[in-house]
Amino acid sequence: MVNMNMVLSINSALDIMLERDNDMIVFGQDIGYFGGVFRTCDGLQEKHGKHRVFDAPLAEGGIAAMAFGMGINGLRPVFEIQFADYIFPAYDQIVNEIAKIRHRSGGEFTCPVTIRTPAGGGIKGGHHHSQSPEAQFTHTPGLKVVYCSTPYNAKGLLISAIESNDPVVFFEPKRCYRGPFYGDPHNVPTWKDHPEAEVPESYYKIPLEQARIAMRGDACTVIAWGAMVHVAEQAIRDSGVNCELIDLQTLVPWDRETVTESIKKTGRCVIVHEAPKTSGFGAEMVASIQERCFYHLECPIERVTGWDTPFPHTMEWDYMPSPARIAEAIHKTQGS
Amino acid sequence: MAGKDAADSPIHIPSTPFRPGDISTFEQWTAKPTDLSMPAIDCSAEETAEHAAGLIRVLSDDNIASGDWNRNLSAENLRLGLEHMVRLRIFDDRMMKMQRTGKLSFYMRSLGEEAVAIAQTMALENQDWIFPSYRQPGAQFVRGRDMVSMICHCIGNEEDNVKGRQMPVHYTWKDGRFISISSPVGTQFSQSVGVGLASQYKGLDEVTISWIGEGSSSQGDYHYALNFAGVFKAPVILNTVNNQWAISSHVNVATAGKNFAIRGIPYDLPSFRVDGNDFLALYSVTKWARERAAAGLGATHIEVLTYRAGAHSSSDDPSRYRPQNEAQCWPGGDPIERLKSHLIEIGEWSNEQQNSLEEKIDSEVMSAYKEAIKFGDLANGPYPSSDHIFTEVYETVPWHLEEQRKEMKRWRDA
Repeated sequence: MVNMNMVLSINSALDIMLERDNDMIVFGQDIGYFGGVFRTCDGLQEKHGKHRVFDAPLAEGGIAAMAFGMGINGLRPVFEIQFADYIFPAYDQIVNEIAKIRHRSGGEFTCPVTIRTPAGGGIKGGHHHSQSPEAQFTHTPGLKVVYCSTPYNAKGLLISAIESNDPVVFFEPKRCYRGPFYGDPHNVPTWKDHPEAEVPESYYKIPLEQARIAMRGDACTVIAWGAMVHVAEQAIRDSGVNCELIDLQTLVPWDRETVTESIKKTGRCVIVHEAPKTSGFGAEMVASIQERCFYHLECPIERVTGWDTPFPHTMEWDYMPSPARIAEAIHKTQGS
Repeated sequence: MAGKDAADSPIHIPSTPFRPGDISTFEQWTAKPTDLSMPAIDCSAEETAEHAAGLIRVLSDDNIASGDWNRNLSAENLRLGLEHMVRLRIFDDRMMKMQRTGKLSFYMRSLGEEAVAIAQTMALENQDWIFPSYRQPGAQFVRGRDMVSMICHCIGNEEDNVKGRQMPVHYTWKDGRFISISSPVGTQFSQSVGVGLASQYKGLDEVTISWIGEGSSSQGDYHYALNFAGVFKAPVILNTVNNQWAISSHVNVATAGKNFAIRGIPYDLPSFRVDGNDFLALYSVTKWARERAAAGLGATHIEVLTYRAGAHSSSDDPSRYRPQNEAQCWPGGDPIERLKSHLIEIGEWSNEQQNSLEEKIDSEVMSAYKEAIKFGDLANGPYPSSDHIFTEVYETVPWHLEEQRKEMKRWRDA
């Protein structure tokens, strides 16, 4: 085990998989010689060769289309969209092509593509460097959707995503690349000494479909993903309530069993995401939870989310769910 | 330059000629101001084939103006152009310093490309629409925007006319017909065709100008723009600013060809390649395109050949991917130095005048900065009210946003 930040653990996953699978190719904007604007691909080109790790022209639609072609002809492309906000020129290729090729070809063609993209706010990125568009992909049959939160799960989940024969959209919370984020912009911890930053240097996998129980408790189930896992952890500590914190990790297909078991135990649930509320993935979870846990629920399920507005620049801390907002929702489930 | 990036590879990966530690050398330009004549504004696209393949210059290497494209601009106009370029460079330096002290989150300079937006906007009429990318803020100086207002946007304070919603440098200024800048690259290029057609539909004498980077020319929007502009003969001026670098990606990643200008011809657009650090050439070509568009003859495509002398942005460190000396090697030199030398050459300027101009603008920028900072900055606030998160999402605030606004206020005011 080595202490790694999330940039290094993602780099390690890519490095290991490039070593293990000669058919894997990594490309995207600025990821070749430069190693990516967030440095996640640093050194990979030099080590694995320019034909396996290279810069692509600035055209997300072209990048996704090339990956589709490579994927259906036997390669295993992993491409980076520099910011999740810039994924939309590729949306047609991802939603109509990559996601549907297995089904539309009667299973003749498959496209084992992994789409890595930094997402989420907290870096003063304004409208177009802050969005968290996971729900736009969870609504697309054929795609698996993953949202990592720590150096440890980033590496294990990314290796599983790359090995998956289904296409995976892999969101990386950019605010957490170099340290967890507890909702206080003035507190900027690193991953040093964090237990989830103890990462094996070698190959390991975290299965897709498996949630992580980040904190155990029996009074309320708090579900989050990405950077919000750490904000929720802070909120739980602040609330003094004995909560169970579930880091969902994979959104499609999500770990219904772990969530159901927890809510049957606690009877209470708070769902946290930084994406807007309306049609957010929290809405899907609320609907599914009430289908399976209705008679176990002691109170309405709470959602704490970003607002239904574009992501702001200077006032981003009034936009992102805060520990205080989450703690209040937790207290509400306790009837206080 | 085969060796450097050409690995033993089964697929072709574009090479980048120079990396850190190398000494950059550019092939020197042989193009002369007298090489290319100015065609009639009603010429066919094919008649500009040589202009697209060559390079339009008015200033020689010795900064003497000559040739068919020399419009004998008055010394007064040239001094004004020089002043705007100096203003932009000093403004950029000040904002970059402020960024380093946390007073704004991010910044992008126009270093080495100051002539582009300034000469081109000066060649337009005031009613023309400017639809920029993030490296044409200089157009605002030409149109007379108050510098305090620009700084207030960048530092995200209470007077920011973008209301704290967008990152710095994402200016919007409708009074100056300067259209809101968007981060997704290239979108403005295709949209500009619609702006131009709307003016034409309304019967107005308005032309629209837009710019895209050579990196972003890989986007579909680039090709939508050229095609729609050709199909509808739109009154637009479409500029591909080829500044050699898109963050760390060399122009070789953007195209396997050597030339962007010629791409316009198959779309039936007259197309020109122009020395982007030559103020006079840029002005002249843009004037031509403006006249053609205003006469109802359609769009023009211009490749503006220049060099991004600075970092992509305050978040970028070009020393990691290109040699430090590259900007000094650029055959087009520096746009400010060239225009200054030209003015001195014709006896209309002196180094002393240049020094006092720089001093004057330095204090102008300093006093604008001091004025702007009174309304707050990113490090210390006060910020635009976070009520602005909820307004102007729609024309009126719907019930769910009204509820969320109240919820936000409850926390903010707690």
